[in-house]
Amino acid sequence: MRPSAVRLLNILVPIKRTVDYAVKIRVNPDQKGIDLNVKHSMNPFDEIAVEEAVRLREKLKDEVKSIKVVTIGPPKAAETLRTALAMGADSAIHIEVPDSAPAPEPLGVAKALRAVIQREKEGVDLVILGKQAIDDDAGQTGQMLAGLLDWAQATFASKVVVDPKKKEAEVTREIDGGLEELRSRLPLVITTDLRLNEPRYASLPNIMKAKKKPIQKLTPADLEVDLTPILETIKVAEPPKRVGGGKVGSVDELIAKLKEAGITPVKS
Amino acid sequence: MLSRQLARCLYARAPRRWSHSPAAALSGLNSVTETDLAHFATILPESAIISTIAPSAAPADELAPFNNDWMNKYHGRSTTVLKPRTTQEVSEIVKWCNQRRIGIVPQGGNTGLVGGSVPVKDELIISLANMSKVRAFDDVSGILVADAGCILQSLSDYLVPHNHIVPLDLGAKGSCQIGGNVSTNAGGLRLLRYGSLHGSVLGLEVVLPDGTILDQLTSLRKDNTGYDLKQLFIGAEGTLGIVTGVSILAAPAPQASNNVMLALPKFENVLPLFKETKRQLSEILSAFEFIDRTVYDLAVKHGQGRALDPSEVEGAECFVLVETSGGKREHDEEKLNSLLESLMEADEPLINTGVLATSPAQFSALWAIREGLTEAVSKEGKAYKYDISIPLAKFEEAVNKTKDHLRQKGLLHEGAVKHVVGYGHVGDANLHLNVVAADYTPEIEAALEPFVYELVASYKGSISAEHGIGLMKTHALQYSKSPTSIEWMKRIKGLFDPNGIMNPGKVLP
Repeated sequence: MRPSAVRLLNILVPIKRTVDYAVKIRVNPDQKGIDLNVKHSMNPFDEIAVEEAVRLREKLKDEVKSIKVVTIGPPKAAETLRTALAMGADSAIHIEVPDSAPAPEPLGVAKALRAVIQREKEGVDLVILGKQAIDDDAGQTGQMLAGLLDWAQATFASKVVVDPKKKEAEVTREIDGGLEELRSRLPLVITTDLRLNEPRYASLPNIMKAKKKPIQKLTPADLEVDLTPILETIKVAEPPKRVGGGKVGSVDELIAKLKEAGITPVKS
Repeated sequence: MLSRQLARCLYARAPRRWSHSPAAALSGLNSVTETDLAHFATILPESAIISTIAPSAAPADELAPFNNDWMNKYHGRSTTVLKPRTTQEVSEIVKWCNQRRIGIVPQGGNTGLVGGSVPVKDELIISLANMSKVRAFDDVSGILVADAGCILQSLSDYLVPHNHIVPLDLGAKGSCQIGGNVSTNAGGLRLLRYGSLHGSVLGLEVVLPDGTILDQLTSLRKDNTGYDLKQLFIGAEGTLGIVTGVSILAAPAPQASNNVMLALPKFENVLPLFKETKRQLSEILSAFEFIDRTVYDLAVKHGQGRALDPSEVEGAECFVLVETSGGKREHDEEKLNSLLESLMEADEPLINTGVLATSPAQFSALWAIREGLTEAVSKEGKAYKYDISIPLAKFEEAVNKTKDHLRQKGLLHEGAVKHVVGYGHVGDANLHLNVVAADYTPEIEAALEPFVYELVASYKGSISAEHGIGLMKTHALQYSKSPTSIEWMKRIKGLFDPNGIMNPGKVLP
């Protein structure tokens, strides 16, 4: 009996260009959205996903055949792809939508990613993406994608170990009660949590190399996917402003202020 | 009661580490007494007075953060700290002290590195910490008026929504106060781009040594009416008066900032790299910092910022951190990318490699390495710091000559001097030479001084580029200023402060 051929891993890392996490968010006067005329960068959880894919290759070496990154976004999103390529991805797919198009929703994104995966001639064994995007905090895309593909999923990963020969992965998940360890067959969707790794700086030689790496351009129509939103945002508002505390000059003043606030002493 | 007396004994018996004797400057001055404290109590509320003298009777260690400098190298023995809330209160305190001939140490964030912010003996400490309000900001002219006790970081935060920045930035920004920055003419990381405080400070409010309030807190960009008195107070280190209010020209916030850490195979490449960077980046260059290999390794060892990958630092003799700031992201990135490409693809590359920050988190992480060097050095041992202005080409030579000198004296080993490192503001030809010792000892001090000062004088450099003179370098002033200059400085001091109460023992020998 011939042993089954060792399958080399093809990793797909979907990433999203979001408002940078350090930017101070301002709600638009129409209360329907936020000011998008600010610095954008790669969703931090997706950076962690790219880093994890690159680390898997450093560990497994030739057993990782390809690391492809994909994004759905306006023309400017190509920069985010270049950053991922500079971190070590091999090639990129840009599903371009016009600047004026509304932001795609998780279900639409999941359908588009499914279309990309089905079209990959060599197949995809591992999809690693951020657990949520910091602009909508939806946290749904990974799970929906696994459902649509009928694949296993391991979300909120804080540790990933892959065995290409066995075609299995062991993932440690961060859950409320602590950590949960899963073992899963491939293909698998993994979503990354904060403690999985710390993304590397882009080194100059890799930035130079990244310029020559291919970016394939597609449209939603090419994938036969409709990204029209099915949700309507009714209102966006800032949280109520925090009223500052005050300093008191003495214990007596403190007691007086506590009484004013209606706090009654408890008999000990 | 016993513990307080014990504490005072301990202070009195603490070994005198420093051979400088500012005794002459303090000889004619009086100590704070209960009578003085009673008078201060009529000016200030209880919460603004910390004193070991009755009736306040605080324990001595409550004054420790005011009496000891940031490096824990200089130790004052003041009994009393006052924290006035208004310029008027400062004026009344100073007036009393002038009449009573009580020495005063004006104190801001106490982050100075030359012992200028703590008492020599038991001078009264006037802390500006309670005067921390922003008085006004005009977002058309960019002129910011603030109390002297405003912490630099909080001024930065204040200006963010107004799209402006303070024209200076330094590692101590979380603690240092603008009044102290002005009094020491602080330099920092942005001097290359925004110039010195002598240019960006437009006006000052100062309480003179006799208590008079000199209000020159103008908000005018241009005002050529008579002698520019404020220039005397900028950099006077509190010896001519207490700065209580500052009017400063804030700069428009850059719309785009980028930084890159470059690894160089040898120090000789720093100068040509600087020239090429200036040429290609021109107006968007906002910082060019040099970090030698040893101090980079110390920073990594002590967890300052996020280190580069080992493969990237292999073979690097030193590093350069370059920052750009400009009005349009695409324009800046294009210039920066061209520069980096030309450096990497040159026939004889000036750099081994480098890393480019691709997010604000990485931008801060790269800066944290540079800003954390000072702290890393302090964690590694006791640092002798020499902040010198010498020709850029001599940076490496200065570090090596100091190392050789110490080696000859048999002091270059784990038990004495552990490291001799250099880092600093290449763009301003300002090197921070740090000698990291296991402990401060008279032998090491004798080996370093006057050796380092003479070395600097041989380069026709400055023995204090930006840190100031304080207590540490009064005897070394002569290495960078002529007797005539020093004579006239003393005359000006005598004119403003005939009783010699204002920060006695500092700056002037």
